[in-house]
Amino acid sequence: MFSYCTDPQTLSGLTWLSCYLTTGKHMQFYISFGVVLLLLAITAPTALLFGFGGAAAARSRIWPVSWLGKGYIAIVRGVPDIAFFMFFVIALDQGFEWMRHQLLCPDWDQPIRQGSDFVVCTQAKLPLGNAPQWIHEIYGFSLAVLTFAIVFGAFAANVLYGAMRAVPQAQLETAAAYGMTRRQIFWRILVPQMWVYALPGLGNLWMVLIKATPLLFLLGIEDIVYWARELGGTANPRFTDYPHGDWRVWYFLALLVFYLGFTRISEVFLERLMQKLTHGQATTGGDAQRKAAA
Amino acid sequence: MSCWQTIQDYGLRSLGIGERLLPREDFTLCEQVTLIGSGLLWNIYFGTLALLAGFFLATALAIGKGARNRAIRVASTWFIFIFRGSPLFIQFFFAYFAFLSLKSVSPIFDPFTSAWAGALIVLFFNTAAYSGEIFYGALRSIPKGDVDAADAYGFSGWARFRRIIWPTMLRLAWPAYTNEAIFLFHATTLVFFSGFPAWQQRGDALYYANYFADKTFNPFVPYPILAGYFILLTLVILGLFGLINSRLNRHLPKEARRRLKLRVNIIR
Amino acid sequence: MKKIILSTAALAFSANLAMAQDVVRLGTEGAYPPWNFLNDAGQVDGFERELGDELCVRAQLTCEWVTNDWDSIIPNLVSGNYDAIIAGMSITDERDQVIDFTQNYTPPDPSAYLAMSEDVDLTGGVIAAQSGTIQAAYIAEQGATLVEFATPEETIAAVRNGEADAVLADKSFLTPIAEEDAELMIVGPDVPLGGGVGMGIRESDAELRDTFDAAIQSMKDDGSLNELITKWDVSSTF
Repeated sequence: MFSYCTDPQTLSGLTWLSCYLTTGKHMQFYISFGVVLLLLAITAPTALLFGFGGAAAARSRIWPVSWLGKGYIAIVRGVPDIAFFMFFVIALDQGFEWMRHQLLCPDWDQPIRQGSDFVVCTQAKLPLGNAPQWIHEIYGFSLAVLTFAIVFGAFAANVLYGAMRAVPQAQLETAAAYGMTRRQIFWRILVPQMWVYALPGLGNLWMVLIKATPLLFLLGIEDIVYWARELGGTANPRFTDYPHGDWRVWYFLALLVFYLGFTRISEVFLERLMQKLTHGQATTGGDAQRKAAA
Repeated sequence: MSCWQTIQDYGLRSLGIGERLLPREDFTLCEQVTLIGSGLLWNIYFGTLALLAGFFLATALAIGKGARNRAIRVASTWFIFIFRGSPLFIQFFFAYFAFLSLKSVSPIFDPFTSAWAGALIVLFFNTAAYSGEIFYGALRSIPKGDVDAADAYGFSGWARFRRIIWPTMLRLAWPAYTNEAIFLFHATTLVFFSGFPAWQQRGDALYYANYFADKTFNPFVPYPILAGYFILLTLVILGLFGLINSRLNRHLPKEARRRLKLRVNIIR
Repeated sequence: MKKIILSTAALAFSANLAMAQDVVRLGTEGAYPPWNFLNDAGQVDGFERELGDELCVRAQLTCEWVTNDWDSIIPNLVSGNYDAIIAGMSITDERDQVIDFTQNYTPPDPSAYLAMSEDVDLTGGVIAAQSGTIQAAYIAEQGATLVEFATPEETIAAVRNGEADAVLADKSFLTPIAEEDAELMIVGPDVPLGGGVGMGIRESDAELRDTFDAAIQSMKDDGSLNELITKWDVSSTF
């Protein structure tokens, strides 16, 4: 990075450190923090969407839909996330390619499963074989987001399902008395009201999501834990200009600080949000706010 | 080899009993189901003990976080914050490292570099922190009327806590605590995966699922088996916790019981 | 004679090229020096990086490097996420049932034990290995107490801190470590395991395998492969 870094063996102390901490490998480490944050930022709303769909389906009066919703919630919640991550990405990838294969290559005569191989026609490959590397990376990233969203969507669905049932029945009955249809009641009364009941659960889910990110490397994303391991491991002078011993403890300590800090910031933010949402609600929190104002 | 023979050979393999060598070729479905099930014993061991021990520490932490004494309050708050705020992955790493260093100090720490003791401690602290936070939230939302009534009846000190506050706290926290229990059992799969080494190929369910996926190069059989086992385990946990829940709420009329269930929908 | 074979091989290459100008994606682990590792710039480097690049030049293919976790490196290959594995993977019967291998590009590389002292008990002691490797399978079979770790780094650390008496791994991986650390040494006899290292290719991809096979052969023939092996000190030469 710096001009004096050409021969690190001659350096010592802080200058050495400044060179060491700015190698290309370290840059990728720093970038991976951004990748993890970006993934969280995209996954959270996606998971919420899955959760909303799941909860709405579970509430449905049509029984196949309701069973689908309930089954999704029960199965995904019952299985450790790590077990999903071990095969889900490959399964999703194969699923997408299979669908594209059926659409794009109707007159393909060879079997898709050849022994243990999974072979689709070239047009159906995702991404296409000649796509540049960054498309592959974005595709891998999207698969990871989708996997995370499916898994955490089930938890979100559970929370939202509970929250929908916690909205006071009297309010829904009042709405019905005013002549609202079922659909209107759902969108105008239930959905706006449920958030305050859902927020504690969703907040906790967000915390779990943050802490699940070390599993990203199972999904093919080089996340911060991957790089901390890679950088912290003993560096042999034969393969690097910056040899050092087993420094994993320091790298993991940095990660610990990162995670604790991130958790703290989230906590503060969620508390503020809760304050806002309880405003004017028929809950103990809302009551307390009213009393304080009066 | 019949399936019954396989179960005899490998049913307790995760504990080191039975055939020493794992199957090496021609993997049958029976072998996979048996060995992964055998590994599940470890998940049950870790989950059950950590949950039981964690329950008491969690109660202490919840009271500590609300204590008037500043030192106790700060200590409890930080304990909960550190264990809730960091990934289990990283906690395992540090615990293993710390136990290794302590080993040279005193031989007392020898067992802690093995998973059965070391990982159990981490899971114990971890679940205590999460449950402690849940219990703390429940303590704060105990209806004031309940406490006033207890005072009026002349309850005080330990008796008031034991007979009034603690049961009410449990009642309020139970749905969230059930979720925490499920999560804890799921978290036990991380023990051999990232934290602690597996000795003599004795590992948990994920270890064996991983073994088969590695040998057969087909992840679509062992992991769904693992998933199936965990769904069953989750159902058992839900059943047991449901029983305790109905015992906790046995004094309430039927209608009220159902409503109480949904009050605190906190998940970890 | 050799010349004729070479020119037909070259013909095959150009035929290939006309058919598909696709990028060939090479999957590796990036954590097993000197075979493959990430250098200071974060790029894949090592013996296999140089070998792979040279093979691609000879086969006139455009190649791209992908790193993948060791555990899922074969499932991702058969699923089509990359086209070849070049990750120090020994040719074994087990693996050969699922994927195809090119001819080996290094002779069988012996495995060796690394320990803190000369007089460790290699048959009854505690031996560390990376889980899912042929070394782990070998120790389990031999009857020594096997202790498995997720990464090679941890196996070495286990010997340093006394958790394990010795670690069994590829000799080429252990030698630089033993040279660097005065406390660690190679002990006992070498253990011949596996049938040399080759590139893993999907079974349905016979064409690509033949292409790389021919390229490896041409590097064997002109001695450039031996040069590379000596340069990175990964094994004995052909």
